[in-house]
Amino acid sequence: MNFDWNLVAESLPQMLAGAGITLQLLLVSGVLGLILAILLLLMRISGKFYLDWVAQVYIYVFRGTPILVQIFIIYYGLPQFDAVRDSMFWHLLREPTGCAILALTLNTGAYVSEILRGGVLGVDKGVLEAGSALGMSARQKFIYLTAPLATRLALPAYSNDVISLLKSTALASTITIADMTGIARTIVADTYAPYEVFLSLAIVYMIFTLGIQKLFARIEKYLGRYTRREE
Amino acid sequence: MSENKTKPLIEMIGVEKFFGDFQALKNIDLEVRKGQRIVVCGPSGSGKSTLIRCINRLEKHNGGRIMIDGIELTDKVEDIDAVRREVGMVFQSFNLFPHMTIVKNLTIAQQLVRKTTKAEALEVAMHYLERVKIPEQADKYPIQLSGGQQQRVAIARALCMKPKIILFDEPTSALDPEMINEVLDVMVDLAEDGMTMICVTHEMGFARSVADQVIFMDQGEIVERASPVDFFDNPANERTRAFLDQILSH
Repeated sequence: MNFDWNLVAESLPQMLAGAGITLQLLLVSGVLGLILAILLLLMRISGKFYLDWVAQVYIYVFRGTPILVQIFIIYYGLPQFDAVRDSMFWHLLREPTGCAILALTLNTGAYVSEILRGGVLGVDKGVLEAGSALGMSARQKFIYLTAPLATRLALPAYSNDVISLLKSTALASTITIADMTGIARTIVADTYAPYEVFLSLAIVYMIFTLGIQKLFARIEKYLGRYTRREE
Repeated sequence: MSENKTKPLIEMIGVEKFFGDFQALKNIDLEVRKGQRIVVCGPSGSGKSTLIRCINRLEKHNGGRIMIDGIELTDKVEDIDAVRREVGMVFQSFNLFPHMTIVKNLTIAQQLVRKTTKAEALEVAMHYLERVKIPEQADKYPIQLSGGQQQRVAIARALCMKPKIILFDEPTSALDPEMINEVLDVMVDLAEDGMTMICVTHEMGFARSVADQVIFMDQGEIVERASPVDFFDNPANERTRAFLDQILSH
């Protein structure tokens, strides 16, 4: 079989035109998902059993079902409810992009909240006792001790989830969104050349992943400045 | 109130503490007056650490009463906060805030708990860093200091809150031998200054020269309390003698 380099050269710029959508899906659902994750975390560690229980059920449901199924339920299922069509969110949910962002946010929020909880559990109990002994309140200890220390501990696992989220955005192409994968599928349908097109697409995702890795390595270095003996 | 000679700074009456079925403290009675320096010793698992951790409510006692400077320790959060403002603590494993510089370790609680201004907190911090003889380390992170230096910072951090009492929970047990004296020197210095102290320690030299009362605990009970001279030269209890024989035999 011949590898068609011209086709690669032609399709790459077209797919990169979808990079904006891919990055938009990643950034918006990444940020909203992080906010959701923090809320779920606070519910999990609140000490109130009913909040903890709600968060646990939520996390179980969204980790226990495929993200693709979640996207389909939101995209095909929600518009069947009058309440959804009448709500203020309808202008967002009638668009496939809105549905994809909602599904990705809800999904990543469940995973990230458990990653953050791992960080919180990893904080040295002795440090928190020292805070108590100095008279710091539970809230002060959380803000000034637990949160910064847990952030540092959770970061490597969190970067893993962001990379995972980048690749989940490709599933948005199944509900007509023209992200990089959506465009690639259209080109393949026109050219019958899946090998060249999808291989090029894979390399583009790898380059994006490299960028995310580099970014998190920098954040990790900054947040970990107090863990090194030498400056 | 605290100057009142008749009223003890710490008063424990019949204090009991359970961890599940295990009884860690049995019927503890203890009075500590202003300026007293008490050393608590005993075999591991005897309840020494639990005893002092009940004083600032890091452990919650299950029976009896604990009064600190006239405030009884109950579930009331305001009372616990009030007691913790008066009681400093130094831990075996230092427990400095690893993500804060030394000076930040010393100022944060002043600002959050005592509500002092940043400039004032900084001045107090530098004063006590000079007192423990490491002002030049102010801008480093804890991990960049030796164990002895970290423990001196921890003592300075407790002092910054201007406590009436300081609890020491085996402050030299995690240190390399050559660093023990630099920490003990600071503690002797504090004792000479009139600080009220309760020290859980196995440093018998420190107990002999600094303590005005030595308490021996075994299996959750206070078995013996005596002046250092009586305690070391003439222990009354069989268990105390056995313990002293063991740790002084080398």
